Amino acid sequence: MRHWLLWAPLLVFAGIVALVAMEMHQPSDRTVFSHMVGRDLPRFDLAPLLDDKPGINAALYRRGKPRLVNIFASWCVPCAAEAPQLADLAARGVPIDAVAVRDTPGDVRTFLNRWGDPYARLGSDPKGRVQLALGSSGVPETFVIDGQGKIVEQHVGPIREEDIPGILKALEDAR
Amino acid sequence: MIAEAGLAILWLAASLALLQCALAITGIRFNRDDIMAAVRPVAVVQGVLTLFAMAALIALFARSDMSVLLVAENSHSMKPLLYKIAGAWGNHEGSMLLWVTILGISGAAIAIFEWRLDRRTVIATLGAQGLIALGFFAFLLLSSNPFARIWPPPADGRGLNPLLQDPGLAFHPPTLYFGYVGLSVAFSFAVGALVTREVGPAFARAMRPWILGAWLFLTLGITAGSYWAYYELGWGGWWFWDPVENASLMPWLAATALLHSVNVLATRDGLRAWTIMLAVVAFSMSMIGTFLVRSGILTSVHSFAVDPARGSFLLVLLAIYIGGALALFAARIGTVRQGNTFDPVSREAGLVLNNLLLSVILGIVLIGTLYPLVAQAMGVQLSVGKPFFDKTVGPVALLLMIALAAGPMLRWRRDDARLLMRRMALPAGAALATLTALLFLTAGAGALPLTGLALAAGLALASVAPLWGRNLRRMPLFTWGMVIAHLGVAVAVTGMASEAAFTRERLVALRLGQSVDVGPYRVAFTGVKPQVGKNWSAIGGVLTARRGGGTAVLNPQRRYFSDPVTTTNESAILTAFDGQLYTVLGERNADGRWQLRLWWKPLVTLIWLGGGMIALGGLLSLIGRVTREWRTERRRRRVAAGMI
Repeated sequence: MRHWLLWAPLLVFAGIVALVAMEMHQPSDRTVFSHMVGRDLPRFDLAPLLDDKPGINAALYRRGKPRLVNIFASWCVPCAAEAPQLADLAARGVPIDAVAVRDTPGDVRTFLNRWGDPYARLGSDPKGRVQLALGSSGVPETFVIDGQGKIVEQHVGPIREEDIPGILKALEDAR
Repeated sequence: MIAEAGLAILWLAASLALLQCALAITGIRFNRDDIMAAVRPVAVVQGVLTLFAMAALIALFARSDMSVLLVAENSHSMKPLLYKIAGAWGNHEGSMLLWVTILGISGAAIAIFEWRLDRRTVIATLGAQGLIALGFFAFLLLSSNPFARIWPPPADGRGLNPLLQDPGLAFHPPTLYFGYVGLSVAFSFAVGALVTREVGPAFARAMRPWILGAWLFLTLGITAGSYWAYYELGWGGWWFWDPVENASLMPWLAATALLHSVNVLATRDGLRAWTIMLAVVAFSMSMIGTFLVRSGILTSVHSFAVDPARGSFLLVLLAIYIGGALALFAARIGTVRQGNTFDPVSREAGLVLNNLLLSVILGIVLIGTLYPLVAQAMGVQLSVGKPFFDKTVGPVALLLMIALAAGPMLRWRRDDARLLMRRMALPAGAALATLTALLFLTAGAGALPLTGLALAAGLALASVAPLWGRNLRRMPLFTWGMVIAHLGVAVAVTGMASEAAFTRERLVALRLGQSVDVGPYRVAFTGVKPQVGKNWSAIGGVLTARRGGGTAVLNPQRRYFSDPVTTTNESAILTAFDGQLYTVLGERNADGRWQLRLWWKPLVTLIWLGGGMIALGGLLSLIGRVTREWRTERRRRRVAAGMI
């Protein structure tokens, strides 16, 4: 066997280690991000699901004030886990709108009664079309929309306590 | 008290690992017999101490001592005792402690039982073992202390993931760990042999039982893990090419190759460098696999939070051990005398072909598993899934089956190609006949599964060929092991191919009283009933499956766990002689109908039966090898003592 060939396994291994080390030190959410971040909201209009809450549409997000869009479902357990953090954000005066994916009025009512209701508006997305149009791959996900209808940030998965400062900052920057 | 004692014992064991390593290095460097003599006892005491530390952790979990952080986070006083105990290793810290415990016991076992190999190689091996153990002790003590206290203690623990409350899974991680650590022993032997340059049959014989044992546990672990995923996850599949599965498959592939090349080294003193290389690669694969899974780098969407400090620590350990061993290999292997050579048509050549094909599969799996990371480094998000692996691994695996059929028919050193053709005629004929019959009888099934079935038929015949014309009572146990393991491959492939080619699936929404046909069964949806377990409640569907004159009742459930809040699907499976009926209860639609997923999977059970046969073959070989070594050793000692 040639001499230099003996060092090949070590080189391959060093490459793997470098790759993994690089991956580990990136401040990365290892999640599927929407290609829509940085772009304008697609046109959509979601009908209300509950009698006492208006639905949502794209025009709502061009009124100059940033808002959050929270994609959730009553059948989703992590969505219940992020409820306290959403309540916290709502208490700080952040307007939060909900896209209820594949849901029924009764189930959503039960969910909100049980876990609290942080939402200003709530639109029904019975087939998940708007969810897909936003580039969301699951529930829960939360989008920060600036006042001009542009998606400026996406949070994938439940919002944890430590995520709140980042979301507040994104809202502040979008102002 | 128990926690503090456990921690103290852990520190003591760590310092002994350091001592073991230091003694081995100085003893070998200065060639001092008196220093080398101290290494074995230190290794034994270190092994016993780690065992005590693990026992302390298990005691804490069994007593539900919630003042210990690890217990509070991973256990619950309401949990059944079995799962309390399994909880001791069902978490990061505990599993690391289990790892060093098994490592310590293996070191002690080498120190006590390994007397045939030349002394310096054994001491160097124990030194390498001490060095590996030292790294993991440092990891435990500095960043993952399993005995840390919490104050004030919580009223009760935070439970265990209900998905993990399963007897199969309670024993799944330890099984894989036995496998991984067994490979670490082979790795240490390889390092020891590189240090002393003593690579030869004696070294191969010393290493072989550890490889066999490790391979046996890995086979069992993968087979059991596959069955667990099959019945617990409720997707009806038995292998998903998930990074976690690949992490256990890669060391198995390397160990399978190693297992065969070590036989060439032991029998014919060939493949010296290659065997050493494989021993290093096999352990590297288990470390890289464990690291990728544990560090959470590869689990994609909505993954767990990961502590980057721990990940970096593990990565540094990995780089030192594997990088060090590979560098030692590159620097030293040129000075190891070349072993025997052989003809292109010979048992050795067959085993080399087997090794190459296994290495190709290993390379494909490694690339497929790491490719998302490469893409991510370039800013692209993607995942590599089942279609890629099925298309690439499948054809190579079929080639491997041909090599597997031919290998045992070849003679060592030199054989005649024409004779081989003659011996292969019957299996090849059987494979062709099967293929022809299948092509006539079945329409629309894929080429890959049908070829798999045909080759399985040929392989089944070829694998029992070593039994022909031999006195079965005098045949050594390890030959039986080989025959059964190879036959197991044919059986498993039959199951895989049949499942891939002939599965029938129905996704339906039924009202009570309605029926649906799937495969040979007519399944009636006869009722739903609430059910309650110790920490869950469930809605259970009642399905009556009818086939011919017989009926059976299946009870798939949707389970709701309270702490933490989780829903799981419990599939219900009906096993018949020719396959399984697999049923999952889904959600209730708004109109009152229930979603049901039903599969008929012909011969699917053969997959795990085959896996079990492969493991059984490994066990028989292990027993056969160890008893034979033990007998020759006893005879040698008697001769040496002048008794004969």
